[in-house]
Amino acid sequence: MTAHTPDRPRDLVLVGHGMVGQRFLEAFAEQPGAGSWRITVLAEEPRPAYDRVHLSSLFNGRTAEDLTLCPPGFLAEHGIDLRLGDPVTAVDRAARTVTTRAGHRLRYDALVLATGSVPFVPPVPGRDAAGCHVYRTIEDLDAIRADAEHAKTGVVVGGGLLGLEAAGALRAMGVATHVVEFAPRLMAVQVDEGGGELLRRKIEDLGVTVHTGAGASGVETAADGRARALALSDGRELTADLVVFSAGVRPRDQLARDCELPVGARGGIVVDEHCRTADPAVLAIGECALTVDGRVYGLVAPGYQMAETAARALAGSPGTGFTGADTSTKLKLLGVDVASFGDPHGTAEGALDVLYSDSRLGVYRKLVIGADGALLGGVLVGDTEAYGTLRPLAMGGKPLTTAPEQLVLPAGFAAAGPVALPDDAVLCSCHNVTQGAVRAAVHEQGCESVAAVKKCTRAGTGCGSCIKQLTTVVTEELAANGVATQTGLCEHFPQTRAELYEIVRVTGISGFSELLDRHGRGEGCEVCKPTVASILASLGGGHILDGEQAALQDSNDHFLANLQRNGSYSVVPRVPGGEITPEGLITIGEIARDYGLYTKITGGQRIDLFGASVDQLPGIWGRLVDAGFESGHAYGKALRTVKSCVGETWCRYGVQDSVALAIELELRYRGLRSPHKLKSAVSGCARECAEAQSKDFGIIATSAGWNLYVGGNGGMTPRHADLLAADLDRETLIRTIDRYLMFYIRTADRLERTSVWLDRLEGGLDHLRAVVIDDSLGIAAELDELMARHIDGYQDEWAATLADPERLRRFASFVNAPGTPDPAVTFVPERGQIRPARPDEDGRILTTPTPVLVAGPRLEVLTP
Amino acid sequence: MTVEIHDGTRWQPVCTLDDLQPGRGVAVLLDGAQVAVFRDRTGGLHAVDNLDPFSGAHVLSRGLLGSRGDRPTLASPMYKQVFDLTDGRCLDEDTAPDGSPAVLRLWPVRTADPTARAAKESAA
Ligand code: SRM
Ligand SMILES: Cc1cc2nc3c(=O)[nH]c(=O)nc-3n(C[C@H](O)[C@H](O)[C@H](O)COP(=O)(O)OP(=O)(O)OC[C@H]3O[C@@H](n4cnc5c(N)ncnc54)[C@H](O)[C@@H]3O)c2cc1C
Ligand code: SF4
Ligand code: FES
Repeated sequence: MTAHTPDRPRDLVLVGHGMVGQRFLEAFAEQPGAGSWRITVLAEEPRPAYDRVHLSSLFNGRTAEDLTLCPPGFLAEHGIDLRLGDPVTAVDRAARTVTTRAGHRLRYDALVLATGSVPFVPPVPGRDAAGCHVYRTIEDLDAIRADAEHAKTGVVVGGGLLGLEAAGALRAMGVATHVVEFAPRLMAVQVDEGGGELLRRKIEDLGVTVHTGAGASGVETAADGRARALALSDGRELTADLVVFSAGVRPRDQLARDCELPVGARGGIVVDEHCRTADPAVLAIGECALTVDGRVYGLVAPGYQMAETAARALAGSPGTGFTGADTSTKLKLLGVDVASFGDPHGTAEGALDVLYSDSRLGVYRKLVIGADGALLGGVLVGDTEAYGTLRPLAMGGKPLTTAPEQLVLPAGFAAAGPVALPDDAVLCSCHNVTQGAVRAAVHEQGCESVAAVKKCTRAGTGCGSCIKQLTTVVTEELAANGVATQTGLCEHFPQTRAELYEIVRVTGISGFSELLDRHGRGEGCEVCKPTVASILASLGGGHILDGEQAALQDSNDHFLANLQRNGSYSVVPRVPGGEITPEGLITIGEIARDYGLYTKITGGQRIDLFGASVDQLPGIWGRLVDAGFESGHAYGKALRTVKSCVGETWCRYGVQDSVALAIELELRYRGLRSPHKLKSAVSGCARECAEAQSKDFGIIATSAGWNLYVGGNGGMTPRHADLLAADLDRETLIRTIDRYLMFYIRTADRLERTSVWLDRLEGGLDHLRAVVIDDSLGIAAELDELMARHIDGYQDEWAATLADPERLRRFASFVNAPGTPDPAVTFVPERGQIRPARPDEDGRILTTPTPVLVAGPRLEVLTP
Repeated sequence: MTVEIHDGTRWQPVCTLDDLQPGRGVAVLLDGAQVAVFRDRTGGLHAVDNLDPFSGAHVLSRGLLGSRGDRPTLASPMYKQVFDLTDGRCLDEDTAPDGSPAVLRLWPVRTADPTARAAKESAA
């Protein structure tokens, strides 16, 4: 037998498990031959790679776990040895070893440095005082949060991208916030003077004080050594018990310097276009690298491209290298949209600016047009709608076919029609995916949805800023391939439910016939009629049994009750929050007894009364309404119940009054018609006895307020709700739910529960959060107003029906024999109550309203 | 105006036209049989069995009118099968769960002006 000695596995050591490091591991694992490497990752931070870009979301309810970038099982699957909390302290290039802080020494055949950068803290006196922070890691944010609890005034040093983000966070924590920027304008790197001025005004409107043209010259401390004020270079002093330094970052190149690898004059490990340093066994990627175009990129997208370049280089298939990257950015800072793309400063020779600025509307747009008419770059502040199209155009470098004025004027963008992008235009810069690749995914790989294209090309799975454009291209491409995305409601309406909703909202059409005649065809059906009825009702169209609307309702809505298997109905009075008085219980009991109805406690914390005939419904409801009960809308696509647990009032663990909140919410949203039913629950503490996380909107009390969860579902496909926002006060909570519900009603499909809707929503939870909390679409006021209208217009459907003889006419079993019960609806006794008779059973008709526990010669009656 | 149904031997008045809301129906008891009577959006009248062959419950009068292509239809309120009102056939399934054909009996239906008839009768 011939002995086979496998090659000694080669050792790859990665220093730094940040965003780019993780991407490198993923890209490397995909390379052929990756399996012949033994990979060790040495990380300084105490946790695996996480999404630093969305760090600030830790302040609005996300947890550190939510940010993780390392999929479960990933490391094990690829045999990667990740060592957390043990940074590398030295590299010995001659021996090809690294040494860690804990004293371990590891050999490498290839070394990849992905050490990122450190926040730059200007060397001013007092900068280490308690109360001074930087903004880079999860630990930094934890420390800021802890200090912010006691701080009154905070100053952020640095008015760039990160500084403004930090300012937003401080402000959100209730700290009076100042921003100090040395340059004459905010975000000097990304925006020009005009944009910076507008940005400043918008940010000051939000209550953040901006000081430009001034630097920090020292931190003054109080007797206890904590920061008390920040001294400025212009001699002023700002009171501050919290200081966040965010004055730029510096590449972490110390390891390279120590082992005498070349670094740039202003830092950064010098690499070639394949990310190799002067020593071919050592590579550097991400924010620590100085690339061939002489730049250190402080953005994640170029880092990802370097990660992929390095992975290919190590696997021996270098391909095209990294020669520079798009630094376009689109952000929402303190609720202000800012985008810059291409060359926003117009540095190329012969470049011209085309400007549009409206300070009243708070919109600023600038395009930089090259001498040959190509779009070179631009700045958008206040309205970044056009970013998705303009950025790839700028990257394409071809002369524009549309007049640039058209592209900056208000609405001009839309008027100019769709702007055709070349196929080599990069749609997604995070993953460097071109429009051509997206098209190919559709017509060659057979992707039939945006989700499928995302999976197949990775486009849209980074920062998410390209999703809008991606969706447009995918839809166009599908249409071009004849995969008509069947989105119409039914054969009568080619529109989706959301589109019909918009038509009704905008045109004010108030009837089905008008809508059908103007926007549909045929006579309608059991799909579109109830859908339109629901839309009309959501938009405040009066009583659901009025006029033509009555003819549209599903049978259940038509009779304001739920049809049962034998043609009888059930009756469900509303019991808000599940709280009911003994008197209320007795009344329900008496009514059920008098009509001989079957009673059962439902899964929604209320009581269902079964077995009523159509003729009995008004009599039963008359008594319920007299006793103060209202419709429970068990029959409608509407709010069902807001379940509660007993909460703080009685429960020894409760931290808030969950019952009171549940009742308040149930009364607020009762009767709200929606694409599907809506369920809610409120739990008084984290033990979660009300099962709020399985509801369309669930609320869990915390000692600081309320956590709001959305998109939960029980039923056929259970889904745990997602945390939308944490520690809200009552008012913010209610406002957020108002908007969430109205946004759902506006955009969901027919019979689409919030769970499915949320999973389908482009941009997902982040987008939802942006819409309902930061008003990213500018529709919050409208949503608030729609909800206010619903609340004002609410009336109990049963009380209103009982008061109107016209509406009562339909509650007859037979039009030509009123008062005659349906002879086919029969019952038999069981366990002391009634149940529908089966076909082979000799059941009895129920007569009204005598006590009627059916009894007969052959039927056994259970007497308690 | 009165709505009349032919029960096989004669026309029987069952309700007034005002009792019928366009797009919806009512149930009629006709010598023990149950008939569902509808008026559509354009004023046309339809009468079919009230018994839903799929659920065995007498509920079709509570269904929704509509159209499929150019055929007027009725959707059962129980499990939403759709019936063609021109021939009573179920458009979704051919047979009911018990194996019988899922076809509704169509009952002839018309409107009559009772005052006109009364005048005619007294003149005769
Ligand atoms: C009465 C009740 C069962 C009980 O005896 O406890 C019930 C009864 C019905 N449920 Fe339910 N569900 C009842 C609680 C629930 C719950 C539990 C809860 O709400 O906490 C769930 C799971 C939670 C959820 O919805 O996420 C539940 C998930 C469903 C589903 C599946 C929904 C889904 O998204 O998968 C349906 C079918 C549907 O709506 O399309 C359904 C549909 C129905 C219908 C309407 C079926 C029908 O069309 O006839 C039943 C009508 C009963 C009637 O005539 O009143 N019911 N149903 C409960 C009434 C609660 C109430 O007071 O309003
Ligand atoms: C609040 C915030 C918001 C941002 N927003 C955006 C944005 O909107 N868009 C955008 O493109 N970019 C944004 N960025 C920048 C983006 O996060 C970085 O570009 C990206 O994280 C760079 O990845 P990296 O792997 O190079 O560095 P990092 O993610 O910083 O990772 C480097 C890792 O190496 C570790 N390390 C360092 N030295 C050693 C050592 N000697 N031994 C072991 N480990 C070591 C570090 O602890 C760190 O974990 C933002 C950054 C912050 C802080
Ligand atoms: S689980 Fe099924 S059978 Fe039970 S109440 Fe809900 S829908 Fe009806
Ligand atoms: S550009 Fe960031 S995900 Fe596409």
